[in-house]
Amino acid sequence: MTQEKSGRETGTWTVKKGMAEMLKGGVIMDVTTPEQAKIAEDAGAVAVMALERVPADIRAAGGVARMADPAIIEAIMEAVTIPVMAKARIGHFVEAQILEAIGVDYIDESEVLTPADDKFHINKHAFKVPFVCGARNLGEALRRIGEGAAMIRTKGEAGTGDVIEAVKHMRCMMDEIRRVSGLPEEELMTIAKEMQAPYDLLVEVARTGRLPVVNFAAGGIATPADAALMMQLGADGVFVGSGIFKSEDPAARAKAIVEATTHYNDPEVLARVSKGIGEAMRGIHVGSMREEERIQTRGW
Amino acid sequence: MVAIKLGVLALQGSFIEHARSIERCGARAVAVRKPEDLEGIEGLIIPGGESTTIGKLMTRYGLDQRIRELAAAGMPVYGTCAGLILLARRVLASSQPVLGMMDITVMRNAYGRQVDSFEADLRIPAIGDTPFRGVFIRAPRIEVTGPGVEVLAELDGKPVLARQGRFLVSSFHPELTGDARIHRYFLNMVSDMAS
Repeated sequence: MTQEKSGRETGTWTVKKGMAEMLKGGVIMDVTTPEQAKIAEDAGAVAVMALERVPADIRAAGGVARMADPAIIEAIMEAVTIPVMAKARIGHFVEAQILEAIGVDYIDESEVLTPADDKFHINKHAFKVPFVCGARNLGEALRRIGEGAAMIRTKGEAGTGDVIEAVKHMRCMMDEIRRVSGLPEEELMTIAKEMQAPYDLLVEVARTGRLPVVNFAAGGIATPADAALMMQLGADGVFVGSGIFKSEDPAARAKAIVEATTHYNDPEVLARVSKGIGEAMRGIHVGSMREEERIQTRGW
Repeated sequence: MVAIKLGVLALQGSFIEHARSIERCGARAVAVRKPEDLEGIEGLIIPGGESTTIGKLMTRYGLDQRIRELAAAGMPVYGTCAGLILLARRVLASSQPVLGMMDITVMRNAYGRQVDSFEADLRIPAIGDTPFRGVFIRAPRIEVTGPGVEVLAELDGKPVLARQGRFLVSSFHPELTGDARIHRYFLNMVSDMAS
């Protein structure tokens, strides 16, 4: 936290977490060029994730996936007025320092990139810029929040267009929140141990019945119906990675997914926006993947 | 006494936080996603969020027109952050769809990007002597106010809370604090309108 003119305090937990609150009910889209960023903004995206390659292409390319070239990120920041996020590798706090220096609005410490540290994540409290992190269950979400993440997303299985893993992770998180809600305090230490969750944060979840930060869905969302499914399962909003710009008609699909996320409980709207938006990304069936091809297991 | 029924525009953004703040003041909150949800509400809150997203969804579903009609017929409206942009008559360097009902000129993101987002104590005589904790997130700045606009709070010489008759705007987010004084102020505006 920093004190500035007229008693302004920047980088506080309230403004970090509050920024994510402003994204709720919205769609955050992966983009790789200023032109794609404009398409996303025109469709009604609440933010864009600036990347060199979308997850499906990262998968196809293989090798080491790193933070994007800052020139690409800056060009995207120039092109749109909505918030711009960017990804840093797990544990790579220098990539995060660089992203903070160029002024991105949110950093995704992401398993989609090749991890830079096999034991430790970034100490996100040390930054003014807020972080979002992936999680598959409540324990993982609370560990990331303990490290300073101000927003959580399900990991799903990025770059596949197969929603099953995002569903699994969202259901798991919601089930575990329901399981601990209202439990007597003497039971919480043992549960914290089982879930590998920081005790104080687990106590907060048990007391309030919800995660202390906003929780988006990510990893495999490819259709308006997928987005609405995740919202009905309890997501606060959705990230769409490869699902838009790997589809036949990105502009139409992007717009349809935005409307489906707002009107997720209205099947008539969902039916209307699902019509005539071209083919979805082809995708990879997660069940047919080898264990080592899954990126959701990255993160500690 | 029947509780006041307020609509909260629920297309995107911090609408749940606004609904909670209103309910803490003893009023009822209704989520507004379509024009028909506006029927029977006594006032409307347009929350914080992404103003380009909210503006587009509002237009696509014909909400903008119905809100303008109801406001013209006397419905009070309170806009926070993105809501302030949508209420403004003029938004600098932008062609995004807005409601354009209040005589103010606004510059989006004028307080900077997210790393510049901040909290600051505000002096707001209209709601009492205790300072109000203003939470500013990629906040818009009110650059010019028309003659009918009353400035209720300032920061570094620029208005951050302003009122014009039945319209109220703040560039900060009272819904993110536990302090419901501004929501109560708006509820008083609504009940004054009704009586």
